[in-house]
Amino acid sequence: MSNEVVLSVRNLSVVFHTPDGDVVAVNDVSFDLRSGETLGIVGESGSGKSVTASSILRLNNSSTASTTGSILVSGVDVLSADESEVRRIRGSEVAMIFQDPLSALNPYYTVGKQIAEAYLVHHPEASKADARKVTLEMLKKVGIPNPEKRIDEFPHQFSGGMRQRIVIAIALINNPKVLIADEPTTALDVTVQAQILDLMKDLQVEFNMAIVLITHDLGVIAEAALDVLVMYGGRIVERSTVEALFSEPTHPYAWGLLGAVNSLESSGRGALVTIAGSPPSLIALPPGCSFNPRCSYSSDICRTEIPLLRAVGTQGSVAACHLPEGDILSLGRKAASR
Amino acid sequence: MFMFIVRRIFFAVLLLLAVSFFTYMLFAMLPSDPAALTCGKNCKPDVIAANRIRLGYDKSLMEQYWLFLKGIFAGRDYGTGAAAFSCGAPSLGYSFGQHECVTTLIAQTFPVTAYLSIGAFVLWMLIGISSGAVAALHKGKWQDRAASIFTSIGVSLPTFYIGLLVLFSVVIWLQILPFPSYESPFVNFPTFLRTMILPWLVLAVLSAASYTRLTRNGMLEAMNEDFVRLGVAKGLTTRIILRRYVMRQALVPIVTIAGLDFAGLLGGAIITESVFSLPGMGKMSIRAVVESDLPVLVGTTMVAAVFIVLANVLVDIAYGYLDPRVRVK
Repeated sequence: MSNEVVLSVRNLSVVFHTPDGDVVAVNDVSFDLRSGETLGIVGESGSGKSVTASSILRLNNSSTASTTGSILVSGVDVLSADESEVRRIRGSEVAMIFQDPLSALNPYYTVGKQIAEAYLVHHPEASKADARKVTLEMLKKVGIPNPEKRIDEFPHQFSGGMRQRIVIAIALINNPKVLIADEPTTALDVTVQAQILDLMKDLQVEFNMAIVLITHDLGVIAEAALDVLVMYGGRIVERSTVEALFSEPTHPYAWGLLGAVNSLESSGRGALVTIAGSPPSLIALPPGCSFNPRCSYSSDICRTEIPLLRAVGTQGSVAACHLPEGDILSLGRKAASR
Repeated sequence: MFMFIVRRIFFAVLLLLAVSFFTYMLFAMLPSDPAALTCGKNCKPDVIAANRIRLGYDKSLMEQYWLFLKGIFAGRDYGTGAAAFSCGAPSLGYSFGQHECVTTLIAQTFPVTAYLSIGAFVLWMLIGISSGAVAALHKGKWQDRAASIFTSIGVSLPTFYIGLLVLFSVVIWLQILPFPSYESPFVNFPTFLRTMILPWLVLAVLSAASYTRLTRNGMLEAMNEDFVRLGVAKGLTTRIILRRYVMRQALVPIVTIAGLDFAGLLGGAIITESVFSLPGMGKMSIRAVVESDLPVLVGTTMVAAVFIVLANVLVDIAYGYLDPRVRVK
């Protein structure tokens, strides 16, 4: 398995111009993704994870958002490429699946037509019969029972989990190098969630593709990802492997997230642990570390200086926190063992 | 699907029956004596009495209604002997104001209304949908604002005002077109066009306004749908996305309302026909109201009702084709 870098994001910033002021949704985000790997991005609503994802396909409305930095997909910078080049990348190099499979499919056309349409747009030489054959194969691969019959049915005739399988079929029909999954399981039942994650893992091996998995669910991250970015207020606050995140988290926000996870073993019958306060307004981020108003360990420097990402610990994690490394590691292990 | 259509048509017929009953009874309750209206001011009592018997107004109301219904299917004979005459099926009664079978009168006036309606309809769909699409694609820019000004003007100004204004400025003041005088398109096509162009435009522009708004809002709403985002993420061209994803969704409510609007127009564009003196069904209805010519009113009401009920059935059927989610298996 080659491990070439298929997606390289450098200093990505996205600013939305709204009547209330400029919203910095994504601030100086950089990461690399190699084929066959899964990168999880976690964070609360408004942390910038979905905007980061849609920037990769340049889906943000260009009249209200200005995007800077660079996003390299097989050597092409998506942010500066012309429209036809971006259109070629969409669907064929980088595909995307969305949160709500109920609304992600066009209700007016059969699922077969929608999958074939995605194939035909990137294979203009193919005939409709070819497209139908490829579509049938794809439906089998994503586990739709009785595909010969169901190919001609409409989205409303499928259950939520089946529709997400259809969306995955659309995404994978062109054998993309990168799959962006924006909360792919959030709208589904727990049992169906596991099936979809398993399906994505199997197909990832088969197609040797890289996955960007965006979620607010740490359980999904633990299940499916290799590396994790933790985002807060539009910035990356921690980057680590999944093992490191769950054994030695290196940012107070990650500690809070882990503390808020409810597990079967948790003893108390009391209230779920939450992170005090609410996510910051992206129009007026607090000065310094944007997490400082909600952080129990904040000091004066946290209110004045933005912490930079630095290596912490022995597991290759990086974190943006002003606490001394020793404190981070001991507090992190404590948070992980809770 | 077939059973669905059969059921819809069955209920449509029931509905029309109810409409005919209430219309007939309503007009029969007007405080005027139809027999006395048959022969103007210097009517002799014996003529009134003879006409009453001849036109069947001596019978009970229910019996009159029954004869009316029967006439629709079997035609109807009036009077006996030398004064006898008949209106063939489908007979909608006899106009004592114009001394003519109502069906004949409608057959004379309906084509005018139909030409007016079809021309105006085609124009207003073209104007409405294209200006709405332009507004949606340039949301917030000057095209959008122009469309919204057009919409407010079109929605708020009544036909008789705009109609008279256009008639005055184009025909009387600028003298670009001659005063409208209707000719059948098969007799004198250029005159027909010269007469129809203004009423078409007036009707189209005013009706187009609400379609502009409908198209604009429908498209903007559709553009926010997740499935449109997925279409973009697939790498589809803007043209395909607009046609298969955005317009497809925006068209559903447009078709519904267009069907009903068109049917309503076929019942007679009363004001437009009067302003531009077109001898259509609307103008005939106005005259019938003034003259208390009850059979004509019942007849035109029935024709309008048939079109509206029919349009409803057609829209329901079209819906099944437009939106697979409401398709009946």
